Amino acid sequence: MSTTNHGEYFIPEPSKWPVIGTIALVTTVIGAVHTIHAGELNWLLPIGFLLIAYLFFGWFGAVIDESMGGHYNAQVDKSFRIGMLWFIFSEVMFFAAFFGALFYARVFALDWLGGGGNNAATHEYLWPAFNAIWPVLSNPDNTKFAPPAEAMGASGLPAFNTAVLLASSVTVTIAHHGLRANHRKPLIIWLAITVALGVSFLFLQAEEYMHAYEQMGLTLDSGIYGSTFFMLTGFHGFHVTMGTTMLLVMLIRSIKGHFTSDNHFAFEAVAWYWHFVDVVWLGLYIFVYWL
Amino acid sequence: MSAVIEEHHDHHDHKPTGIGRWLFSTNHKDIGTMYLWFSFIMFFIGGALALVIRAELFEPGLQFVEPELFNQLTTLHGLIMVFGVIMPAFVGLANWMIPMMIGAPDMALPRMNNWSFWLLPGAFGLLIASLVMSLMGMGSAPNFGWTFYAPLSTTYGPASTDYFIFSVHMMGISSIMGAINIIATIMNMRAPGMTYMKMPIFVWTWFITAYLLIAVMPVLAGVVTMMLTDRHFGTSFFNAAGGGDPVLFQHVFWFFGHPEVYIMILPSFGIISQIVPTFARKKIFGYSSMVYATASIAFLSFIVWAHHMFTTGMPVAGELFFMYATMLIAVPTGVKVFNWVSTMWRGSLSFETPMLFAIAFIFLFTIGGFTGLMLCIVPADFQYHDTYFVVAHFHYVLVTGAAFGIMAGVYYWIPKWTGNMYDETLGKWHFWLSVISVNVLFFPMHFLGLAGMPRRIPDYSLQFAEFNAVASIGAFVFGFTQLIFLYNVIKTARGKTSVKATSQVWEGAEGLEWTLPSPAPFHSFTTPPQVK
Repeated sequence: MSTTNHGEYFIPEPSKWPVIGTIALVTTVIGAVHTIHAGELNWLLPIGFLLIAYLFFGWFGAVIDESMGGHYNAQVDKSFRIGMLWFIFSEVMFFAAFFGALFYARVFALDWLGGGGNNAATHEYLWPAFNAIWPVLSNPDNTKFAPPAEAMGASGLPAFNTAVLLASSVTVTIAHHGLRANHRKPLIIWLAITVALGVSFLFLQAEEYMHAYEQMGLTLDSGIYGSTFFMLTGFHGFHVTMGTTMLLVMLIRSIKGHFTSDNHFAFEAVAWYWHFVDVVWLGLYIFVYWL
Repeated sequence: MSAVIEEHHDHHDHKPTGIGRWLFSTNHKDIGTMYLWFSFIMFFIGGALALVIRAELFEPGLQFVEPELFNQLTTLHGLIMVFGVIMPAFVGLANWMIPMMIGAPDMALPRMNNWSFWLLPGAFGLLIASLVMSLMGMGSAPNFGWTFYAPLSTTYGPASTDYFIFSVHMMGISSIMGAINIIATIMNMRAPGMTYMKMPIFVWTWFITAYLLIAVMPVLAGVVTMMLTDRHFGTSFFNAAGGGDPVLFQHVFWFFGHPEVYIMILPSFGIISQIVPTFARKKIFGYSSMVYATASIAFLSFIVWAHHMFTTGMPVAGELFFMYATMLIAVPTGVKVFNWVSTMWRGSLSFETPMLFAIAFIFLFTIGGFTGLMLCIVPADFQYHDTYFVVAHFHYVLVTGAAFGIMAGVYYWIPKWTGNMYDETLGKWHFWLSVISVNVLFFPMHFLGLAGMPRRIPDYSLQFAEFNAVASIGAFVFGFTQLIFLYNVIKTARGKTSVKATSQVWEGAEGLEWTLPSPAPFHSFTTPPQVK
């Protein structure tokens, strides 16, 4: 605590952004429900998204202005670091829920449906034809949930995508070293490469999805295998999209010269986030694609 | 006395005016006030639903509401009380007190703080709108109980379930941001010399609660997301026909749900740990054991979730593990209860309203803890499960536990917030009527449950009639008694009481918050105090 300068507490002025954030989310939610139910207010959904975009531009813009204006002291910087760290932890727990569902289905639910444990009667009376094999290529009730024709392999495109994402974690670190050494050129070049890798990953992931839907019959509604596959990789892909967008903003800010070698928390926060997305992918690659 | 001198401090404050002061606030006290009023309003809405339930249950047969509406009432009552009353009240108290207790000017992230609050009216607006529309004959509100088990909430859930899902998402965002803010404040804003082991226990309990929130609210978001995709996008997480399992829902839900029940009690432990030493005029007995006990309870809360599911079907090894792990929680909780009692031992006790609520808390929460121990015994739980015994248990820990803790905290700190002493006579009336009626209300439910009355039913067999009538009488007395509380709070806030509060307020109180004038200045500590 002694390193913090307590003489200059920073407390932001009253701000309109939180209320705009609430209006944006309520609008989005009402629009989303009406879109799902084909209701009259479905036009609220795009408006909600626009409001969220406005919120991000406005709120982060205000923070960038304050930061550039030199209003932040070491204490604010530390609060931001703590905030980002625990935000990432909350994201880890969000993925943990879906990984937990995957493990539960693979270890318990399918085994019991197949007659494991003391569930011989369950198997006999519900779906006696069902065999508990992962990946599930024949669901307990194939009329309700059409099973996939084949499972997603781990080699080929997914393996290449793993390399892409791992490489991007390295390149963002090289860019960070450039920033810390005040070398603008390597910072911008390596950050641009990172963004390009992120975009490539997303492009390849979209390829994989199309292949799954069109050639393999593997869809979101093809039973627990498709459910876990698409929800886990889908949420990961969404996070990569967010991360790539954030990296792009950092690239633009780097080109504008917003960062100095000792004051670039925004860059670091995005780098942390990017490493987090990378680690989640490793878990996905091992447990969804490989094992 | 000192209040007169400290009036001058207020002139330095530049308070924003009008509605903008509240909408755009970055002030921990204003945001805390909004949280507390929001919670209070929700308390009366949720309470009104409870009174309709108790009116229906006053005698056997269907009197006032159809079974379909009854299910919606129990669901909304639970959701409102858990997410709209207890949790926001705790966050409101944290907002008000943590910066003052650790010697900070405000919360670490004030704008995010305001967003955390303003998400709640949005979320509950959506939820309560579904009930209002149901009463107007347009569809059904959520009707699957506050635990929203699949397939009741997936295959059979009404259309409004989707509003419920998104409102839970918004509550989750609010709680996570609030928790991050509290952690950043405590880790980063403490005054020089305020080491972790010098922090007031209330700060400690909230610190640990915030970690629980960050760990489990995302899991809740995950489970409602799975519900959403199961309902509309063809996934089969909770559908055995596609290889999923409805029991998976219960596991994921209770992985959130059990830490959640400690989220709803740990800050009350903290409040009681502030109040008991003040009115015993002694230091808290076993400060460090209090901290470690809180941390132990938090850790154990992650490995006991399936004790809510003993009758659902689980391997015997699982039942045993969750039974023994649950029993372990009695150890740190017992440490706390004994510490409170030891703090009072040979103290110079006085019995102002906060202390009365604190003592009632210790007695009645302990009863709720004991019935919890009964419920955790697997073979016994097979008998108690889904009966009124469970209802009695969790109302003892949530009403006479969490809510009494909040009421104690409000009486204890309201002189600091408003600069006025509350009306002690009204406070005593509020306490005695509450503590008697709440036992008339909930104690008979133990007998009903042991005799086999199931929960969540609008009608029941004749042999349950007497105790239900008694409980309903208790419910109405308890409900209307809370109007005394409301009146007392308003009277104090508007300065209609005769006694002005000093900065010390309570003779035996210790801590930085009591060094500030009453009412506390708009920005708590603009220069950090030195803690020795």
